[in-house]
Amino acid sequence: MKKGRFGDFGGQFVSEALMGALSELEEAFQRYGNDPAFLSTLESCLAEFAGRPTPLTFCRNLSQDLGCRVYLKREDLLHGGAHKLNNTLGQALLAKFMGKKRLIAETGAGQHGVATAIAGAVLGLPVEVYMGEVDIERQHPNVFRMELMGAKVIPVSSGTRTLKDAVNEALRDWAASVGETHYLLGSVVGPHPFPLMVRTFQSVIGREARTQILEKEGRLPDAVLACVGGGSNAIGIFHPFLQDGVRLIGVEAGGEGIDSGRHGASLCAGSPGILHGALSYLLQDSDGQVLSTHSVAAGLDYPGVGPEHSMLKDTGRVEYVSVTDREALEAFALLSRKEGIIPALESAHAIARLVKMAGELGRDDIVVVNLSGRGDKDLTEVARLQGGAG
Amino acid sequence: MTRIGEVFQTLDRPAFIAYLVAGDPDRVGFLTAARAVIEAGADILEIGMPFSDPVADGPTIQRAHTRALEGGMTVDGFFEAVGEVRKLSETPILLMVYCNTVHHRGVERFYREALAAGADGVLVVDMPPEEGERAVRAARENGLDQIFLVAPSTSDRRLGGIVESASGFLYLASLLGVTGAREQLSDEAGTLIRRVRPRTRLPLAVGFGISRPEHAAALRDAGADGVIVGSALVKLVEEHARDPVQMAREIKGFVAGMRGALEG
Repeated sequence: MKKGRFGDFGGQFVSEALMGALSELEEAFQRYGNDPAFLSTLESCLAEFAGRPTPLTFCRNLSQDLGCRVYLKREDLLHGGAHKLNNTLGQALLAKFMGKKRLIAETGAGQHGVATAIAGAVLGLPVEVYMGEVDIERQHPNVFRMELMGAKVIPVSSGTRTLKDAVNEALRDWAASVGETHYLLGSVVGPHPFPLMVRTFQSVIGREARTQILEKEGRLPDAVLACVGGGSNAIGIFHPFLQDGVRLIGVEAGGEGIDSGRHGASLCAGSPGILHGALSYLLQDSDGQVLSTHSVAAGLDYPGVGPEHSMLKDTGRVEYVSVTDREALEAFALLSRKEGIIPALESAHAIARLVKMAGELGRDDIVVVNLSGRGDKDLTEVARLQGGAG
Repeated sequence: MTRIGEVFQTLDRPAFIAYLVAGDPDRVGFLTAARAVIEAGADILEIGMPFSDPVADGPTIQRAHTRALEGGMTVDGFFEAVGEVRKLSETPILLMVYCNTVHHRGVERFYREALAAGADGVLVVDMPPEEGERAVRAARENGLDQIFLVAPSTSDRRLGGIVESASGFLYLASLLGVTGAREQLSDEAGTLIRRVRPRTRLPLAVGFGISRPEHAAALRDAGADGVIVGSALVKLVEEHARDPVQMAREIKGFVAGMRGALEG
């Protein structure tokens, strides 16, 4: 296998200006990834600051209703309200060990931007976050949170003015500032070594979940579900289960339905293509132009997906499916009402899939769903949609 | 030797390489701009295929890509535009594309179509040689030059690999970052030329940030074999999109000024 590849997928499709930065990052990641000083600092950040380990919660009411044993991996309880901080603390610390003076990041819904702002504030690195103008409009509380923590939010007015364009702009910044800047990419996408590095930092989710379910049930789960946008929370929980016989299910944004063309389901409806430095499944037209996407969950509103997911799709190790906006909204309401947990709309996609597949499951079947984030950020949007429907 | 190689061999001054985006501001406007650039004496014409996500480009060229795509530019339309320029003159044509365009078309097919349209070389902006084995092979099989970028941050070790894969000339980025006209010429250009020169017999053309005759003159003095101008020209296309006569006049004046500076 070529360097930085997952099967045929991945690679380093970037302009020459970034190649030096990528090899510097790769060397640093290899060096500090096994360095006791780095690892113990990261571990204490995760435990004392971020709140790890997060609980694995048994859902009594939902289990009764669905007829199986449902557990939630509670990344919503991580500081910042989503799994994103696992990665931002890891990369920000790495940047500090590398002697970088500045962090830049892209954000869609604002969760990764907030998590980068948190990591920058606590580790003393200035942060600038690129965010599409459309997203700034619809996710304004997160803009305020980032600014409160000292980050500068830079509006992106090019292209579709959403996440994809924020990544473009961050890559352009990085090409001009590689000497002192670390680009803190927020998912398992982008050129090597980002997909590998982000997976490494997010795998803590699956390692904990595996240990916790063995403690609680004395055996591995029958299925693990996670939503997939770029795919970092999914890779994070899947990876430690890949060698086991556990059924793994990635749930993409079906938007208004795959047939409508308004969705974000790169793996279910895309084809291999190159965006943001990697070969992976991509939503593109017949000329290879990248299509605009739609999802009620801003974090899934992205035309690409991590290259490792593309490999896992092609090998068949992971099943990839999609649920619609409507199904996700129903699951959002269901989990709130049944368990007193308001999920992020992204995570609600995984819950929605569980509801749909409940008929195939037996009473004693154990299912773990990665609850990648909490839903506070979505309240305004959900209220608006309910208002529109009523 | 390709037409691109001949340009560098026959000129006794640095070559002037002009970049335009196919379909910008529209099909006819692009042809007008291309004709003006050639008539004013550009030595090589670089034609960009618009892409939805031109990550290596600054705002001026991004807007050109958007204009062309909104005008309906396709890969078929791109090769037609290249063919129309080829009918105008024998000026060498270099295609500048993003990797997904080539990948999606099929690497071998893309290079065959490039040759058939009359192109002389291809530069895939986001494809370092490490990812370019198939493209380099397809370029050789079709007798096309494969151009690669060299940046100030390119290590000596990687430079060796680039020199091995490249043909035609090396495209030296005068600065780190994206394309776009700058007020001042980066002083890294001269340093880069001095570093690369002893390692290759390929001509060295410098691009990124070059917008004025004094930049061209400085690069000539620094020993560049070619000077590449994109954003400054694309800006003229943008400013005069609705007045083709004026656009052609402005472009000719600009190219003449740059050419004059190169002749010194």
